[in-house]
Amino acid sequence: MNRRFLEEKIFKILMIFSIFIVVGSLILIFSVIVFNGASSISLDMLTQTSSPRFYLGKGGGGMLNAIVGSLLLALPATAMAFLIGICIALFLQRDFIHPTISNFIRLCLDILWGVPSIIYGIFCMTIMIAFGMSTSLLFGIIALTLLEIPIITRSIDESIKMVPLGLKESAYSLGSTKFETAIKVVRRQALPGIVAGILLGLGRGIGDAASILLTVGDSNFIPDSLYDSTAALPTMILNLLSMPDPNVQSKAYVVAFVLLIIVLAISIISRSLSKKSTKYVIK
Amino acid sequence: MENRKLRDLIGTKLMLVITIFIAFLFFLILFTLLTGSLYIIQDQSITELLFSSTWKPRSGEFGLLGVIIGTIIVTSIAMIIAVPISLLTAVYIVEYAPKKVRQIIRPFIDVLAGVPSVVYGLCAFIVFVPLVRDVIAPFFGELNSSGFSIFTASLILSIMVFPIIISLCVESFNAIPIELKEASLSVGATKWETVKKVIFRASGPGVISAILLGFGRAFGETIAVSMVIGNQEKIPSSLFSQGQTLASIIAQNYIDVMSLPRLESALIFVGLILFIVVLIFNILGFLVLKRARSRWN
Repeated sequence: MNRRFLEEKIFKILMIFSIFIVVGSLILIFSVIVFNGASSISLDMLTQTSSPRFYLGKGGGGMLNAIVGSLLLALPATAMAFLIGICIALFLQRDFIHPTISNFIRLCLDILWGVPSIIYGIFCMTIMIAFGMSTSLLFGIIALTLLEIPIITRSIDESIKMVPLGLKESAYSLGSTKFETAIKVVRRQALPGIVAGILLGLGRGIGDAASILLTVGDSNFIPDSLYDSTAALPTMILNLLSMPDPNVQSKAYVVAFVLLIIVLAISIISRSLSKKSTKYVIK
Repeated sequence: MENRKLRDLIGTKLMLVITIFIAFLFFLILFTLLTGSLYIIQDQSITELLFSSTWKPRSGEFGLLGVIIGTIIVTSIAMIIAVPISLLTAVYIVEYAPKKVRQIIRPFIDVLAGVPSVVYGLCAFIVFVPLVRDVIAPFFGELNSSGFSIFTASLILSIMVFPIIISLCVESFNAIPIELKEASLSVGATKWETVKKVIFRASGPGVISAILLGFGRAFGETIAVSMVIGNQEKIPSSLFSQGQTLASIIAQNYIDVMSLPRLESALIFVGLILFIVVLIFNILGFLVLKRARSRWN
């Protein structure tokens, strides 16, 4: 009898210990980045573009080109992934194809979600080299789009699954076509899920380094066209960290701090926006 | 009227085409990686690529044995650390935690899942590298470790797979019908006994799929690993020696791709191995997960 309660106690202690490790590691990550990053952030870092001198630690320069580059990569990629994703998610409904086929496509998407982002990177790099082109914004956007499609599609799909059948049936009974029902009724009912999905994809896209590492190259300027190389926040962290000078390395903490703030802001906006967008939802 | 029907037709067909494209994306990636790596497979035999341990791109030697061993060790250690901790955390969240604690912990884990991998890598660079160099490695008798080691990479990987394993386990624990737990508790089992004998057993497939999917994530993680593993393509001599994984070798060598076409093909081959292994784990994971989800409905 005693042994059983002892076992209970021991495992309860172990559980609390594990919780502390999990929560502690998150707190550790945040405090390390905030502590190291916030202390050396300056207005110059945010408003100037980088330069070779910036990487050599001779003062001057900032990460404006990386911030703009990251946005130029992630925003169009998210927009494209959203357009593709919502088409697929609407099409996966029972109204359009047989559930067996749609479940197979869902499995494909789930598996694509789990594919490491470096695979998308090397895939796009192969295509890039095959076309004889050099690293550019364009291929970075393609890589991120491919990365975000499964994420956005699956989260939209999950919320479309929740749309009550009666709602669709009443639209059909008024004589609307399948496409009209999907675009006007289902889309509106699933809006909170769509918003959450887009922002989830955006957050992943902005933070992902492996897929763009191979495809966008590096530059000290804000890109003028789709065919220019560009800097991005995650790749800039890697570049700064590969420098031997510890003072230059410490700039990476500032970049990481900005990146973390952007990602967190996206997730907070996502929470509040999806609450707001529930006003069109019929319960 | 005609206009509306036309729009319906065009819209539906467009959606069909895009959906087919995605189903084929999968095969497109596989096909591209296969054709890309043909060059190196024809140039050197597959056995030479997989079982030789000399990686010297400049002299045309692409032995991957050291890298493959490194990958297996890094991923296994990460899973050995992550699985018990995540399982216990999930049990605590579902069975023991008061409602308030649960409401605090869940968003914490969601945030942990959204942190970019490069930020994880940077934290490992700042915290774990000195920790391993000054504390952990000397403790195990390795006095001249640089801190950039296989073990450091495993540590950060284990933190990165926490959220995946925890959230999938919580989902499958929550799906168990409450009657099963009540039956066990009513015959006098303690809470832990119920967890051990009822919950773990009833949610077995869910837990297994969580582990498989976590493994897939750890196996393919690139950036965080390449920042702390030290990037040496030898067969690692100990846990605290520098190493390389299949994913990080791509990130380390891509720079020279333009000047060495054989390197490009070799890296695509590495990508192909990575893709196939992760694919197998994900397919297994999702098939088991599907089974777990339908178990109690």
